[in-house]
Amino acid sequence: MMPRAYVPQALARQPWQVIIPLSLLTIFGGAVLYSAAGGRLQPWAAMHVIRFFGFLVMAMLLARVPQDWFKRIALPGYVVLCGLLVLVELIGRIGGGSQRWLNLGFMTLQPSELMKPGIVLVLAWFYAMLPMNEIRGWRAIVPPIVILLIPAGLVMLQPDLGTALAISFGALVMMFIAGLPLWLFVSGGIGASIAAPIMFFFVMHDYQRKRVLVFLDPESDPLGSGYHITQSKIAIGSGGMFGKGFGNGSQSHLDYLPEAHTDFVFATMAEEWGMIGGLFVLAVFTIVLYWGLKVAMRAPDRFSRLLAAGMVTTIFFYVCINMMMVMGLAPVVGIPLPFLSHGGSSMMTNMICVGTIMAVDRWSRRAPGGLG
Amino acid sequence: MKKQKLPMTAARLTQTFERRTFLLGAVQGGVGLLLAARLGYLAVAQNAKYRAASESNRVNLSLIPPRRGWVLDRNGTALASNRADFRVDLIPDRLDNPDATLSTLQSLLSLTPDHLADIKDKIDKSRGFQPVEVASKLDWDKFAAVSVRLPELPGVIPQRGFSRFYPSGAAVGHLVGYVGPASADDYVREHNPLLITPGFKIGKDSLEKVFEMRLRGVPGARRVEATASGRVVRELGTREDVPGQPIQLTIHAGLQEYAARRIGLESGSVVVMDCLTGDLLAMVSMPCYDPNSFSDGIGRIEWKMLSEDDHVPLRNKVLRGLYPPGSTVKPMVALAFLEAGLDPHATVNCAGGLRVGNRVFHCWNHHGHGTTDMMKGIYQSCDVYFYHFAQQIGMDAIAKMMRRMGLGSSFPLPYPGQSYGTVPDPAWKLRKYHKEWAVYDTVNATIGQGYMLVNPLQQATYVSRLASGLKHSPRLILDRHAPPSPSMGFRQDHLDLIHAAMNEVVNGRGTAGKARIPIPGVQMAGKTGTAQVVGLNLGNGKGGEWKRRDHGHFICFAPFDKPRYACAVAIEHGGGSGSAYPIARDVMTYLFDQDKAMAVLTDYESQWGGTTQQRMAAKYAAYAAKYGATAPAPPSDDAANDQTDANNRDDEPATPVTDAASPAPEPEASPTPAPSSAPPTPAPSSGAAPQ
Repeated sequence: MMPRAYVPQALARQPWQVIIPLSLLTIFGGAVLYSAAGGRLQPWAAMHVIRFFGFLVMAMLLARVPQDWFKRIALPGYVVLCGLLVLVELIGRIGGGSQRWLNLGFMTLQPSELMKPGIVLVLAWFYAMLPMNEIRGWRAIVPPIVILLIPAGLVMLQPDLGTALAISFGALVMMFIAGLPLWLFVSGGIGASIAAPIMFFFVMHDYQRKRVLVFLDPESDPLGSGYHITQSKIAIGSGGMFGKGFGNGSQSHLDYLPEAHTDFVFATMAEEWGMIGGLFVLAVFTIVLYWGLKVAMRAPDRFSRLLAAGMVTTIFFYVCINMMMVMGLAPVVGIPLPFLSHGGSSMMTNMICVGTIMAVDRWSRRAPGGLG
Repeated sequence: MKKQKLPMTAARLTQTFERRTFLLGAVQGGVGLLLAARLGYLAVAQNAKYRAASESNRVNLSLIPPRRGWVLDRNGTALASNRADFRVDLIPDRLDNPDATLSTLQSLLSLTPDHLADIKDKIDKSRGFQPVEVASKLDWDKFAAVSVRLPELPGVIPQRGFSRFYPSGAAVGHLVGYVGPASADDYVREHNPLLITPGFKIGKDSLEKVFEMRLRGVPGARRVEATASGRVVRELGTREDVPGQPIQLTIHAGLQEYAARRIGLESGSVVVMDCLTGDLLAMVSMPCYDPNSFSDGIGRIEWKMLSEDDHVPLRNKVLRGLYPPGSTVKPMVALAFLEAGLDPHATVNCAGGLRVGNRVFHCWNHHGHGTTDMMKGIYQSCDVYFYHFAQQIGMDAIAKMMRRMGLGSSFPLPYPGQSYGTVPDPAWKLRKYHKEWAVYDTVNATIGQGYMLVNPLQQATYVSRLASGLKHSPRLILDRHAPPSPSMGFRQDHLDLIHAAMNEVVNGRGTAGKARIPIPGVQMAGKTGTAQVVGLNLGNGKGGEWKRRDHGHFICFAPFDKPRYACAVAIEHGGGSGSAYPIARDVMTYLFDQDKAMAVLTDYESQWGGTTQQRMAAKYAAYAAKYGATAPAPPSDDAANDQTDANNRDDEPATPVTDAASPAPEPEASPTPAPSSAPPTPAPSSGAAPQ
């Protein structure tokens, strides 16, 4: 319970330059989902907007959590999430199928989703704790790799390639900005570019190889695995500059576009709103990510700096992979578009990221003139 | 915390962080620009391409099967037409859950178990994208019941369209053929999307098949907005179909149906020709399948019923049934004698048989006909007269006359696979059997036995040529401007003599007195024929096992003095010509007085258990009750077709009855005439036995 006198001040201190664009984007997403449901608020649009404002309150509360609490729950939180991943795996094995979520009764919890901000938090804590002169030694490399491999491996077992990639990407970016020697990344990149063709020709299964080939040339299998990409490109391409108009998207309404309200919601949007709508979405994400990076740059200490930059990276990864996928620049992996796609788990993850950045923002204002 | 560490390191780390975060930001910005550029490329630069792709997704062009051209009789009556109906098809590829869909359809349409089993067979055999007919000729209620449940029945297509209708059913089955959905092979041959349009049918047999392109027409098209799963959202526009061209036949629909019904329980054929033009007025082979139900797809019960019938309803007996013609050849043999210079008043004494070489060939009348000239030889059908003079004249002259009359040849009719039959002569026998012609071969041939085989169409052609003296070729497609047939080159006094003798057969002292037609002023001339099927050692040909009874023939024309119509009737295993000439009499009567003929038919049908249609329906019901869905699946349409073809291709009977090859034992097998039996005991030799 907050004293009444504090409320206006607390409101005034909110980063409205982000909350307002985000709210507009989400309401825009609600409009797209309204159209995708054939002009109905149910089942997606209303829930989408309500959820956002619910999670927004959560993010604002998260922003008031002191830095110490973050540091204190970093490691235990990570361990608990790993435990939950194992639990999910075990339940799935017993149930005779793969399962990604736990039923808590009032909601379903997807531990792999929480692991995305979780890994950022634990690595920020780890590097903040690590003595600075160790940063070029093995102790700066091996423990984070172990920290990464445990959850990434568990998520791969589910199997959920998209989320495993998101977790790995978050962790690698954390290592990069924490200041690990550059040659590690350069040689890693060279190694990967050598390993990739070897993997492709000698390790991958036929069906995986086929997926890669279809990604490279979706038209080669227009009715099979290339169908998603082809239909998505048709939706976006047919929208033109100004779109077909609200409620007139034939690709989504006639069910040609698969997953029109989740992973391919950007295509649904672009068909009806055209390039203008797409640029609006890109602009909002630019604002949010730019704000996040600015917060990270301004942050008072190493922990909060790494934390904010890591959270920005997590959101960025969602946006980047999803939009590249729907526009045919990346293979089809199941990653939703933040604030537009319908779905509670990803909304929660993204709002945790936003809330964490808001918290960092708050810490830096508490300690004005941070040590830079 | 940082103050405790070396400031250089802290500062450097922060610097590294800032540099690398800046790089990260730059990468993110770059990705943002890349995405914006990609968006612009797709939405603006490639807009036209993707707009077209989206339109082709949205708009579904569905073909409307064209209405098939009608098949008309000579007076414009429909032999095959189209009927508007409601139908339901399904596309196997689009079914989510075939079993659930079928059981829903079964309850909605009240399908019988055997019908359901037929549908399952067709789904198994179809190539997935080919539509399978579930039901047609539905009433509105059932059609509506399926239509409202469509959302839960993906892959099911209810539509209103036209289906083929044959008003006289089985009577025109062999004549016109039937239609059916295109088979996979048809689609391979003709890669036309129309062939896999639900509701489209292709000609499967006879005229329907031969004139497919003319009857087919041009499909219409309907543009609809449809979902990815094929559900129609709204109509955008329709182009009407262009119906196929009709074809008009020389057939007389009423006569065709009358003849078909008049054959009744027998297995046989009737061909009626116009003596002035050669037009075919009727061409009937019975029993026959019902082309209406064949066109809905051949069901298992129907197939079982037809394939087990020893009357071979799948064979067109007019074109593909081959029979020894028996004594019906005698008029033309006599004409050959006349042309060879034989005096018609030359006589022979018939004492009931004639010794040829070391064998006695009997006349059908064991008591003998006494002094017999040509007239009497024909109207009494005296075998000895022909045995005697045929040896004098020789086989070559006789065979030449037979060929002139059309025997042993096929005619330019739109039916594939007519049987030629056989007109034997010495050269033929040497070629075929590497044996010299023997005198007894001539003797056999002159009475239409031995190697001789003809089909009913040849018989009809023969009698029309004999009646008119014109070289008619049977015509089926009506052409009112066809050039008249040329003369056969017979001398009119020869023809008059033969005609008079044939008139005597019916209206005088001949063998078919009961064939007189009840029309005042019209006299019919004819000739009977009885053809042995098995050697006399196996049966007497009159009764006993159906398969061993004699074939009955009758050829005739009327009026005898001014021939207008010619007719040939062949009844398989009818037990002799007595089974054939009553049918010929009534069919000819129909041409002059339909009411009189119909009265006779109605009387017969009340004894037979109803009209052809009623009897077939009763038989089907009995089969359905007995076998239900347990009947084996019918072969695919094409295989069924092949099977009918195979049925049709027995140009040579399995065992040609050539007593020359296996002569019946004559001395001991010539019993004294049995006084108790009313019909004369048949000759034990190869003699024909007209009544």
